[in-house]
Amino acid sequence: MAPSNIAPTAPPVWGRGKERGLGYESQWVLTWRKFCRHRLGVLGGVVVLLLYVTVLIPEFLAPVTLEAANTKYAYAPPQPISLGITDAHGWHFEPHVDAYKARVDYNSGKRLFTDDPDTPIDIGLFVHGEAYRLFGLIDTDIHLLGPVDSGQPFYVVGADRLGRDILSRTIYGTRVSMTIGLIGVALSLFFGILMGGISGYFGGTTDNIIQRLIEFVQSVPSIPLWIGLAAAIPPDVSPLDVYFLITVILSVLGWTGLARVVRGRFLAMRNEDFVKAARLDGASTLRIVFRHMLPSFLSHIIAVVSLAIPSMILAETALSYLGIGLRVPIVSWGVLLQEAQNVHTIANAPWLLLPGLAVVVAVLSLNFLGDGLRDAADPYSE
Amino acid sequence: MDADALLEIEDLHVSFALRGGEVPVIRGIDLKVPRGKTVCLVGESGCGKSVTAKAILRVLDRPGYIGSGHIRLAQPEGEPIDIAALGPNEQRLRKIRGGDIGLIHQEPMSFLSPLYSIGNQIVEALRLHRRLSKREATGEAVEMLRQVGMPEPERRFHRYTFELSGGQRQRAMIAMALVTRPRLLIADEPTTALDVTTQATILDLLQRLQRERQMTMLFITHDLGVVAEIADEVAVMYLGQIVEQGPVRAVLERPKHPYTQGLLASMPRLDGSFKAPLQAIRGTVPSPADRPGGCAFHPRCDRAKAGICDQREPPLFNLADGQRTACHAYGPEAVAFAETAGAPAIVAPGPLTTVADDRDQRPLLEVKGLSKRFPITSGFLSRKVGEVRAVSDVDFDIRVGETLGLVGESGCGKSTLGQTLVGLHRPDGGAVRFHPADGAPVAVETAGRAARRRLRTEMRMVFQDPSGSLNPRLTVREIIGEVLEINASLSRTEIDRRVEELLVQVGLRPEYAARYPHAFSGGQRQRIAIARALASNPRLVIADEAVSALDVSVQTQIINLLKQLQRQFGLTYLFISHDLSVVANISDRVAVMYAGRIVELGDTEAIFLRPRHPYTEALLAAVPGQSRRMREMPPRLDGPPLPLESEGEGCSFATRCPYANRRCHTDRPELEARPGLQAVACHRAEELQLASPVAAAYRPIAPAER
Repeated sequence: MAPSNIAPTAPPVWGRGKERGLGYESQWVLTWRKFCRHRLGVLGGVVVLLLYVTVLIPEFLAPVTLEAANTKYAYAPPQPISLGITDAHGWHFEPHVDAYKARVDYNSGKRLFTDDPDTPIDIGLFVHGEAYRLFGLIDTDIHLLGPVDSGQPFYVVGADRLGRDILSRTIYGTRVSMTIGLIGVALSLFFGILMGGISGYFGGTTDNIIQRLIEFVQSVPSIPLWIGLAAAIPPDVSPLDVYFLITVILSVLGWTGLARVVRGRFLAMRNEDFVKAARLDGASTLRIVFRHMLPSFLSHIIAVVSLAIPSMILAETALSYLGIGLRVPIVSWGVLLQEAQNVHTIANAPWLLLPGLAVVVAVLSLNFLGDGLRDAADPYSE
Repeated sequence: MDADALLEIEDLHVSFALRGGEVPVIRGIDLKVPRGKTVCLVGESGCGKSVTAKAILRVLDRPGYIGSGHIRLAQPEGEPIDIAALGPNEQRLRKIRGGDIGLIHQEPMSFLSPLYSIGNQIVEALRLHRRLSKREATGEAVEMLRQVGMPEPERRFHRYTFELSGGQRQRAMIAMALVTRPRLLIADEPTTALDVTTQATILDLLQRLQRERQMTMLFITHDLGVVAEIADEVAVMYLGQIVEQGPVRAVLERPKHPYTQGLLASMPRLDGSFKAPLQAIRGTVPSPADRPGGCAFHPRCDRAKAGICDQREPPLFNLADGQRTACHAYGPEAVAFAETAGAPAIVAPGPLTTVADDRDQRPLLEVKGLSKRFPITSGFLSRKVGEVRAVSDVDFDIRVGETLGLVGESGCGKSTLGQTLVGLHRPDGGAVRFHPADGAPVAVETAGRAARRRLRTEMRMVFQDPSGSLNPRLTVREIIGEVLEINASLSRTEIDRRVEELLVQVGLRPEYAARYPHAFSGGQRQRIAIARALASNPRLVIADEAVSALDVSVQTQIINLLKQLQRQFGLTYLFISHDLSVVANISDRVAVMYAGRIVELGDTEAIFLRPRHPYTEALLAAVPGQSRRMREMPPRLDGPPLPLESEGEGCSFATRCPYANRRCHTDRPELEARPGLQAVACHRAEELQLASPVAAAYRPIAPAER
């Protein structure tokens, strides 16, 4: 044991905490702890998690299937859910919605719906409804929420022009809208890290060329470019292929932002002493990049990615809304919003904008999540 | 309030409201700053001295806040104002800030705004406190710049901070603080980030301004040499309390508190015997949250008495000569300490240092004509428009088992030289030869893959910044074991065992291998860095400013560790540093670098006692704490060194050399040795009689003391 005048004999006194606890935690644990203190971020995370659960089991969550239409109830207004009935015996618990009383107004030619309080339609949880296949494998017909008697009209947020339930269609639309973001971002991530990494690590002329390319791509106006590329898709291509082509188009422009961030981090880290020490230890370039540098900015990348997904979602919504993106029968929030292009329609049936609200909720919660992750990514900053 | 005190702090308590609870950072300090005098506040990091300065001006960052206490500022007429009792944004407080009390600071780059010219900022400071037209204010600002010694003040007025050198920025900040003629100047480590020669000129400037304006100064520092240079009174802080206070001579020459004694004993100094072994203070400074009960210093104190020191906090006891100390050994219970009283351990006989005569003369590393240039590029296509000649034509040998110190100021190329030797840069010219223990000498610059792999394990480096040199994402085991994983074919368990062995050798516990760097203090991290350097059993270790970022007491522990490891493993060191006292203590031979070239090279005693190059003489004269000994000082160096891009003919030092003649500006001198004297690169070396302030106070170590 070294003599006392050079050895610190006292145990390390780094802050409070049990001997074993503090100091043995890896970066990930510290990042997670800091993230959990960011309340908005946690809230956003929970909502995002719920949205992705919706992606997995939309058939279960939606009261009716995607194409269940009933023109009798075109543009039917939302039916508010009541929890109980007050009758001669007082209030008792019976969740229900009121049925419609329809009447045609011969002056405006529109059908007007009013509540019929005498005809309650009982609703319940885990009711039997239309049959579907869960995960494409399991045949079942249980729905989370719906009318007890499955033929009854149940439009919690109203119906569209064909009498289809907006809530159900929005839930189904989640699947496409939330995943198109993922695939697009995954592609952008791959190109972004590759190009940004090369640019930042090698520097010099390589860096120069790649940065100028990035600037060129970013200065091209994005919407006309997307329109042009989307218009180039032949109309007889199957909807699924259209889906994939759209994601590729979206990632063509999306990788540049990530590439810049990655390049910046590489450049900053190249000059750190611990990278020099790794070089002196004899580590190859590959080893330095993957073992020494990558873990440091992985958390930043996660934060950037969670902020890039909303822009993908908005881009897809915009393209589909304009009619040059996805088309029926593939349903996304943007496609659903095509119904809401007419001001008169919106004035009379504002519930058609529910998919827009879904977009707002998704984008906001992803942004909050991204903020929380970004703040937590540097656990040393207070 | 005392009549001749300008500022009086009474029982000040400052706490930080952190998530885990309240942490008291300053626990009841009393300080009187007499009018017209300089009081130094000394302590290591974490003792609370900067917090005190901020508390006086009420600019504490959240979560800090003043819990209780008084800070009384005497007024020219009327009652003194209690600054601690003022509202946070009161008009009176804003008038005091900048008007009555000025603050200068360690880092002028972050203190001065990069968006405005320095003249603009000085004018703003002036106009905030006095009604002046812009023209009048500009005139006074320029005059102030002239008084602080800024060359060409009218032109510099319009410059931005990033266009100035370090010393000039510091002068700009001093001008901004003093233009409003404050009665009290608080200087928070203003010279810590500066070179020693620049520091000397700034200290001279501050003393001159203080005399001319009868200004009072509260100077915060960790450097006891600076205290010796400028202080009238000194207060030593430890963990938020003042442990010793008094006139500077009394405290520095007859320290009473064990902490002060320990600091003085552990500091490498250029007066006395600079090669004497250093006595480090046991342990490390705990964080304020883990303050020991009773006297805060007792776990590290050799004179602590159980039952007294761990139970009761000592107040400041008054001693003769105005000295006060917070130690039970001087209070009413002094009788319990009687057997150890009055026997401070300053220089205890330590282990043998290498005696000069029987040193190995064989070279381990031979360097001839080494050069390293960096291109300066400009424009879109990165055209080369110039070169920075970081290292030019360097010749020297490092001998087996010795410690070669490499000194110079920032920008002289010493770090680049070290990095080129270890392999981070490819040299542009010259030859480096390494002599392994077995086998033929290896030419480093033309080595093949296998030879380079061997060299990598034989020559290792310890970096300066303990936080930046350890990867925060890897465990200690992964960091230390990296070189073994890559270059040696050892199994996992063998590497683990070797890592634990190394941790013990550098004074850490083997369990620490599974921890992450963020769990360790600066000194401990530097030990990990040393363990990493030793992992592959190297022969040469290059320490690039390895102790510069550490506190004084930790620095001493690391220096002693390095010396002990050298004896134990027969290591050779190249010790790069700008701190002359540390280099004097640890090195056998010293090389002095200026503008990329070695200007003097020889035994430590010869360089420090009988310098032959004017630059060495200026460096030695600039070390603080010696001026009281020398009556006639060699002239101070003025201005920044020549930038390394614009090298002309002639000696690079000629533009600043007080002894330069015509030949010095046209012919470049070569490094030449004379028998018995050190090598020097100066035309006039034979005729010049240079003085060393160190020689005046030198006391060689008697053989018995070794």
